[in-house]
Amino acid sequence: MRLTIDEVRHVAELAKLRLSEAELALYAEQLSAILDHAESLQQVDTSQVAPTPYVLPLYNVMADDAPAPSLDNAVALANAPDKADGFFRVRAVFEE
Amino acid sequence: MSKALYALTIHEALAGMRRGAFSAVELTQALLERIAQTDSQVKAYLTLTAELALEQAAAADARRAAGDDAPLLGIPMAIKDVLCTAGVRTTCGSRILENFTPPYTATAVRRLAEAGMVMLGKTNTDEFAMGSSTENSGYFTTHNPWDLERVPGGSSGGSGAAVAAQEALAALGTDTGGSVRLPAAYCGVVGLKPSYGRVSRYGLVAYGSSLDQVGVLAKDVRDAALILSVMAGHDDHDSTSMPAPVPDYAAALTGDVRGLRIGLPDEYFIAGVQPDVEAAVRQAINLLGEMGAEIVRVSLPNTEKALPVYYLVATAEASANLSRFDGVRYGFSAGAGSILENYRESRGQGFGAEVKRRIMLGTYVLSAGYYDAYYLKAQQVRTLIKQDFEAAFGQVDVIACPVAPTTAFRIGEKANDPLAMYLSDVFTITPNLAGMCGASVPCGFDAGGLPIGLQLMGPPLGEEVVLRTAHAYEQATTWHTHWAQPVAVGA
Repeated sequence: MRLTIDEVRHVAELAKLRLSEAELALYAEQLSAILDHAESLQQVDTSQVAPTPYVLPLYNVMADDAPAPSLDNAVALANAPDKADGFFRVRAVFEE
Repeated sequence: MSKALYALTIHEALAGMRRGAFSAVELTQALLERIAQTDSQVKAYLTLTAELALEQAAAADARRAAGDDAPLLGIPMAIKDVLCTAGVRTTCGSRILENFTPPYTATAVRRLAEAGMVMLGKTNTDEFAMGSSTENSGYFTTHNPWDLERVPGGSSGGSGAAVAAQEALAALGTDTGGSVRLPAAYCGVVGLKPSYGRVSRYGLVAYGSSLDQVGVLAKDVRDAALILSVMAGHDDHDSTSMPAPVPDYAAALTGDVRGLRIGLPDEYFIAGVQPDVEAAVRQAINLLGEMGAEIVRVSLPNTEKALPVYYLVATAEASANLSRFDGVRYGFSAGAGSILENYRESRGQGFGAEVKRRIMLGTYVLSAGYYDAYYLKAQQVRTLIKQDFEAAFGQVDVIACPVAPTTAFRIGEKANDPLAMYLSDVFTITPNLAGMCGASVPCGFDAGGLPIGLQLMGPPLGEEVVLRTAHAYEQATTWHTHWAQPVAVGA
């Protein structure tokens, strides 16, 4: 398994990470080595095996739909890098 | 009293305060002085909350004077900096959260605080708990109190080092693939990772949501049992917390292992294990046999698949969890151009190398065309690993093995080889994958004087039998009475 720089660049875009050319090259090498190690899983016959995404036998945990106190607006915004009028301020999503 | 106050266990300190030998304020001051003396070398703490600790200690003394005897009243502890603490900076060891002050407190921490805990500060960790050495902290590396040139293990390395250096009576850590048990072993203290769902994850900044669990680093098994009794149990804020009743774990510490069946898994005694680690662990298991436990060989045939399963599952979950760091609601924002540019720049600059590596790997294994080959496959093999343990726990009560293949390695030794670093966790990840509990108990020292940990694994909700075994072994040996001397005390 050898990831190309372009494949790594594509993954970085999916993950919304800006990486330098040096990081792209390093991760291409390191991720390839890690994925090689994971190749051993392909030898295991799992045709009759259900996946385990979660270990607990808990399903559809329900809670009452009841109002309860929550964070005050100012407290919820206290860590915001940018805010205005009681809201998080974000950059334009659609360009004009 | 012959021991210094900072050197007490929790149960010794509670006994002292109950008979009025010293106050919580005096105890807290003793710990703060100890930290002032040793932490410039050990570097266990990211944030010290000395003033708050003294206020909490005074409040604890007032509660005791009013007749209160809450289970942790006046006990100074440290909290790993991935657990949210309202009003106290919580960084997760990451520069992206350098200025983040949570608006709420994690349930595990809140329950300790209500039981009277005094919080001394927040401890260092690999960034977002991703690592085995604390070298991935965005701030500094914590040093092993037994040898300052070596790592304390990770990711709860600050918590392990704080307890080992006697800079806290105990500490909370978190464990996704061994992050409580590994630092406990490397630092020569007791580490307990409860079963998945035993302790609420509310307020624990998520790494691998199906694996993460809050755990304890303590000076002895009794202290670990006391803390677990306080923080375990269902929480409405975490739908994956188990609704099972919480026993009095201290009551399980009978000192008796007669009739217990202890499993010895062949697959955990393999080439590559440091010979004095293997010898110490085998000797510990033999002692448990002499004490009346029955030692039974068990087989866990899918063991060697656990490491790749772990780093596919954990990184996939991490890539989704860490998508919340977008430079909009909290955390570092690069303030760059368009909204997409600001995502890329904030995340590219804010995360460290290992976090980016894991986000990349997780994003790749979840991406179109690779999901079935990697992520689904890993979850299927996870089922086989879980079935191995279900079969083994049909034959035995507890499984005993090493915590890690080696003792603490040198700072820098594995920093440029992520796979070699991941291999430190090869014996600790299976309990996380299978939802089991596990503990690390000191069981000797290697030729260089570094501590060795015995790992005891139990089935889901098997904390009582794990603690009972660990306690019986501990009380039959003297390893827990040896303490590191990180600096010349009083020099």
